[in-house]
Amino acid sequence: MDFTFTPEQDALREEARAFLAANADPSWKKLAELGWTGVSIAEEDGGAGLTFVEEAVLHEELGRALYRGPFFSTMAAALPALPDDLKAEVAAGETSWTLAFGPLVPDLDTADRIAIVGGDGIYELDGAEREILSTTDETRPVGVVRGGEPGRRLADSWVLEEIRNRTLAALAIEACGVARRALEYAIEHAQTREQFGRPIGVYQAVSHPLADAYTRLELARSLSYWAAWCVSENDDQAPIAAAAAKAFAAEAAVQVCETAIQVHGGIGFTWEHVLHRLYKRALWIESFAASSSTLRAEVAASLLDATGSGSGVSQTPVPLTQGG
Amino acid sequence: MDLRDTAEEAAFRGELRSWIEENLPEELQGHRGGGARFDGPEMRAWSRALHEAGYAGLTWPTEYGGSGASYTHQAIFLEEMARAEAPPHIGVIGLGMAGPTIMAHGSEEQKARYLEPILSAEEIWCQGFSEPGAGSDLAGVRTSARQENGHFVVDGQKVWSSFAHLASFCILLTRSNPQSTRHAGLTYLIVDMNTPGVDVRPLTQITGESEFNEIFFDGVEVPVENLLGEIGGGWQVAMTTLLHERGTLGFALQAALEVQVRKLAALARDRGADPLQRDRIARDWIEAQALRFTNYRALSKLVKTGMPGPEGSISKLVWSEANQRVTKLALELLGPDAALADENAPYGGYWQHQQLRSRGNTIEAGTSEVLRNIVAERVLGLPKSR
Repeated sequence: MDFTFTPEQDALREEARAFLAANADPSWKKLAELGWTGVSIAEEDGGAGLTFVEEAVLHEELGRALYRGPFFSTMAAALPALPDDLKAEVAAGETSWTLAFGPLVPDLDTADRIAIVGGDGIYELDGAEREILSTTDETRPVGVVRGGEPGRRLADSWVLEEIRNRTLAALAIEACGVARRALEYAIEHAQTREQFGRPIGVYQAVSHPLADAYTRLELARSLSYWAAWCVSENDDQAPIAAAAAKAFAAEAAVQVCETAIQVHGGIGFTWEHVLHRLYKRALWIESFAASSSTLRAEVAASLLDATGSGSGVSQTPVPLTQGG
Repeated sequence: MDLRDTAEEAAFRGELRSWIEENLPEELQGHRGGGARFDGPEMRAWSRALHEAGYAGLTWPTEYGGSGASYTHQAIFLEEMARAEAPPHIGVIGLGMAGPTIMAHGSEEQKARYLEPILSAEEIWCQGFSEPGAGSDLAGVRTSARQENGHFVVDGQKVWSSFAHLASFCILLTRSNPQSTRHAGLTYLIVDMNTPGVDVRPLTQITGESEFNEIFFDGVEVPVENLLGEIGGGWQVAMTTLLHERGTLGFALQAALEVQVRKLAALARDRGADPLQRDRIARDWIEAQALRFTNYRALSKLVKTGMPGPEGSISKLVWSEANQRVTKLALELLGPDAALADENAPYGGYWQHQQLRSRGNTIEAGTSEVLRNIVAERVLGLPKSR
């Protein structure tokens, strides 16, 4: 059992963080040059041949940096549906994708091509009209597609389960990146902001909510990395791990951002401070794909209802030794 | 990153699992919380059996009779014991606290005298740290140890001492310099509990059981060779003890929580749960998984670097609050039957007992308030509140 990142994965994280600090709005081409758009694509298709764990590291750092672009929609959502030749184009940075699996399509402003779920499979959507909608989180636009024709058939609908798992896991991990940045701001503020002659972090009314925020975040990271590992290994637990991670991490990110805003006082409530952007991304993540309560209903069903309900929970129930 | 057991870990787990299955007496499986007062001969026999199989003191060095195993094995051991609802070795204070402290600070004579009987459960230990006036603020210790004619004379009172009624020895934190305050002037002693002047009185707790005791010391003579560490250096020695108290404890707690959540799910299947209750059950299951993987992250870091990661500090905090939620939700599922006790209650009063016992979880072994201070100050680097 080893639940640590490898030195290479740690290096990738550091590189990503440094790059995103220096490049606020990187192009798709630029991400391709860094090898990110091919990170989990096989080497024979022009990718780096790494796993979803490495991709997860990037999702986390991109979330932390509030990256605006089609990385999530291409890599987490559309990729499993793409045939090898189209994967190669993604790895090369020639195209980006989004997947219309609900009425609101993510990254519709930046994604080059659109895949759509229809009937028994996933198709490319040709000639559709795109309408970009205004969103609370301006860094993660969504839109609706109208008209168009199903074009090339990309995949059978059985890939939808993989897409669901990757999407939930990626969103959970992105939420961790968002929460981590918010917590860093809050800690720094509590260390330096003085009131009543002392840094406010000295007061337990401030420090204990921050300790709780840290705790929520660490639990969220543990679940998210578990989900990432399950996705990368195609483990039986992937569906439930991804649901659990997204349910927990999205809520945790919202809570951590709210604590950070509160700890900042008035400045945390202003447009000028970055906190509201992090908060809005956390709220976006919570609402997208499936809300935490919807996912918990799935978890509850797998724990409590008759077996064979598509549960990913593989544990055998332990009998109650006290008679029940 | 690989969350599977290695072949070697899987072999250890498999052997252990079948060993527990074959050796755990039925009457000891899943016995209710108040294990500290559980002193049937079966309990000593079980502890001895653990020792003979090499499972007592797994991480203790072989030179002291341990197995010299890795922290990973210790974690697997705690997980499997909790999953099988097997009671721990009766010498938990000796194995987890007194023993490691003696290894770190004791003389060769002390190591030779005290360590082996801890493993074999021949001698049980208790801890004399907390006092009526020194709880979370341990540096407020007032029990005095005055040097006189080549021995110490101990006077004072200790409280919350698990196992004191069974113990042969006590690790005792005293104030040897009456002029000293706070962390200075403290001295750490090993006290034979059969010495005249030692009086143990059980405390009856919220469940009606007695797990903890008060210990009164009235002119108790302690030989100088029972000093652990330096005179006046007791604080540093005590910190070693507390570090071990919180060591791999997280694994036992998490595995126990997982068992508790599974029982909760069984209860819900048995008696039904409304959608809001189902949501809370899912929440608790998810949090139990979160705790499990947080412990794995901390353990992996400990194994790789020799230093525990900061994640470990949140384990007990999260567990204690989760266990309180889970047990209270179980009472809710029981409906009006939750008011019944003991043999009148469903499942023999298991949940009523567990729920009341859980109120101690956020107090014992570091209150949640103290643990939040530790996270805020040592992990987040916030300024000290004191």
